[in-house]
Amino acid sequence: MDQRTAVTAASTKLTMGKAINSGLRAAMERDPKVIVMGEDVGKMGGVYRITDGLQKDFGEHRVLDTPLAESGIVGTAVGLAVRGFRPVCEIQFEGFIFPAFDQINSQVAKLHYRTQGMLKVPLVIRVPFGGGVGAVEHHSESPESLFAHLPGIKVVSCSNPVDAYWMIQQAIECDDPVLFFEPKRRYHEKAEVDTEATPYPLFRSRVVREGSTATLAAYGPMVKTCLDAANAATEDGHELEVIDLRTLSPLDLDPVFESVRRTGHLVVVSEAPGEVSIASEIADRVQRECFYSLEAPVLKVTGFDTPYPPSKVEEEYLPDLDRVLDAVDRSLAW
Amino acid sequence: MSSPEQWTHPEPGGGPAATAAKPTPEQVIAGLRATNEGGAELVELLTPEGERVANPEFDQYVDDIGAEQLRGLYRDMVLVRRADREGNALQRQGQLGIWVPLLGQEAAQIGAGRALKPQDMVFPSYREHGVAWCRGVKPEQILATFRGTQHSDWDPVEHRFHPYTIVIGNQVLNATGYAMGQKFEGKVGNEPDAEATMVFFGDGATSQGDVHEGFVWAAVYDAPVVFYCQNNQWAISEPTERQSRLPLYQRARGYGFPGIRVDGNDVLACLAVSRWALEQCRSGNGPVLIEAFTYRMDAHTTSDDPTRYRLSDELEAWKLKDPIERVRVHLVRSGMAEQEFFDEVQLEADQLASELRAYCFNMPDPPAERIFSQVYAGGNPLLERQRDEYVQYLAGFEGGAH
Repeated sequence: MDQRTAVTAASTKLTMGKAINSGLRAAMERDPKVIVMGEDVGKMGGVYRITDGLQKDFGEHRVLDTPLAESGIVGTAVGLAVRGFRPVCEIQFEGFIFPAFDQINSQVAKLHYRTQGMLKVPLVIRVPFGGGVGAVEHHSESPESLFAHLPGIKVVSCSNPVDAYWMIQQAIECDDPVLFFEPKRRYHEKAEVDTEATPYPLFRSRVVREGSTATLAAYGPMVKTCLDAANAATEDGHELEVIDLRTLSPLDLDPVFESVRRTGHLVVVSEAPGEVSIASEIADRVQRECFYSLEAPVLKVTGFDTPYPPSKVEEEYLPDLDRVLDAVDRSLAW
Repeated sequence: MSSPEQWTHPEPGGGPAATAAKPTPEQVIAGLRATNEGGAELVELLTPEGERVANPEFDQYVDDIGAEQLRGLYRDMVLVRRADREGNALQRQGQLGIWVPLLGQEAAQIGAGRALKPQDMVFPSYREHGVAWCRGVKPEQILATFRGTQHSDWDPVEHRFHPYTIVIGNQVLNATGYAMGQKFEGKVGNEPDAEATMVFFGDGATSQGDVHEGFVWAAVYDAPVVFYCQNNQWAISEPTERQSRLPLYQRARGYGFPGIRVDGNDVLACLAVSRWALEQCRSGNGPVLIEAFTYRMDAHTTSDDPTRYRLSDELEAWKLKDPIERVRVHLVRSGMAEQEFFDEVQLEADQLASELRAYCFNMPDPPAERIFSQVYAGGNPLLERQRDEYVQYLAGFEGGAH
């Protein structure tokens, strides 16, 4: 069932970064209308090397080193998408996406609705996000809730190399605009990727570890943190179920409801500031859908409601194994 | 006396450039006059008095415009003005939420619109009812946006006319990207099916980052896009001096492509310059910036009150440069049209207005489900559920009090 342990002839051990690169390559080979555009994505292969080698193999008209202007990247991608291309934009770091916020909100998200489907905007905006890499300001943030709040775009986040390989291809094939959040601190995590496997659907969350004591829901970089916490919790005899949300807009919470109905306890884990966030939304939906199953309030383990701190204290800011287990203990002791 | 250009590029020995913050009274006067008159570099083929003046550079682009074609341009302008006035009246009578008048900009829009070939693509802002007319979009279809029955009512692919863009300047980047696509697909060159893109924006938009980025991108990728700036002198209440120190067309030089200022009230000059610019783009010499120097003779929208910020003298001065009147005078003086023609066009215009009016009165409101329609191409189960719940909620009122 779990693709990450499947090993077949088409299986290769890949980092998440390399898996996205392979996924982009596969999509570009399949469809000549797929183009990659962003700052330093061509000759250099991107600051994280996610687009490494693509310009060399597909040419400068398929992989564009763009001028240094994020609104320009997204705004021209809209025109290219309307023309029939499938642009994959790279925003170098999540903190630099805001010059493009206007285009994302006003054009990317609304053109389909404005024209009642006469225009489609099938573009992907890749965004390395999250902290834990010791970076300077504007390189460690988690702004996904801001985008999940915009009707008209879809927002996903991968947590492992297998998903990264498939989800980027599925996002490119999607006729809706997709914001693709990549957990930069997991770029170097490795797993076996079977390129002939049947991919899991893009807009679906999934149980990545089964358990019966309590449920952990997370996405992107925090999935690994939750899996580590679940492994540690076995020492106390706790079997934690871990759900990788994968899709943040639309949220697919049926697996969470189903899990909470069994466990009665839910902890939502995210690096982003917790107030008015995806974690808040999940708590709201779960209390409505699972009211009689809950044995404790839904708890959130998130970043604090501050700007991202200087990196020497980021380990205090970021949810870690101990904070997750502390929340589990509080929930179970309720 | 110095011109605004000299503020930033003084003549040798002319002393230090003044700053915008501290212009001399002379410079203020010179600057204002330059803005109001268009300056020596204004391309004009038909004077406000209706006199055809020779232009060695641009005459060739309108040498096919005989009596019939000129009458056609006149007819276009009269009809779009009549539709525009009807739109304004319909708003005043409560039939439209708002109307965005094009009054005074008929030549700028018809000249550009008639220069386009069917294969070209157009990105309008929200005042381009005249360009829409040239792209085969009916005035009725524009009403939907302002009555609030649809955000945008025409098929942008069929008409090759993008939806109106209300966020100032956004469309300039979208158009540049589209033009990049035309180039990537090999549609630039000397083949008859070569394409270009024309994007419309105003003097206020030239301050937007998206417009500057569009200029940068188009230049870097040699995109076949004509940037068509209708400088109508006013961004709601702010004069062009609040947007720029130097004439807007001169900005192009800084980005590395040609910029040209045309009399935006001269339909022949707008047609010639647009044809030239589009041809440059189609054949691979794009982009080009056109500043159509014109005047917004009515308010910004029906919600605006221009008496708060501009003098009626200014409006009176521009009435003498009316874009339609000069063509009428030229047609009469040169014997290209009889009174019968003008009467026919007027009759046709009134008929158009009458139909527009009847159409407006009969536009049905969309059903509540419209709220949820086509948010996504691939659907969204959460929205489908919201819609179903809301429809069910509404159904609970049927036969009872709401």
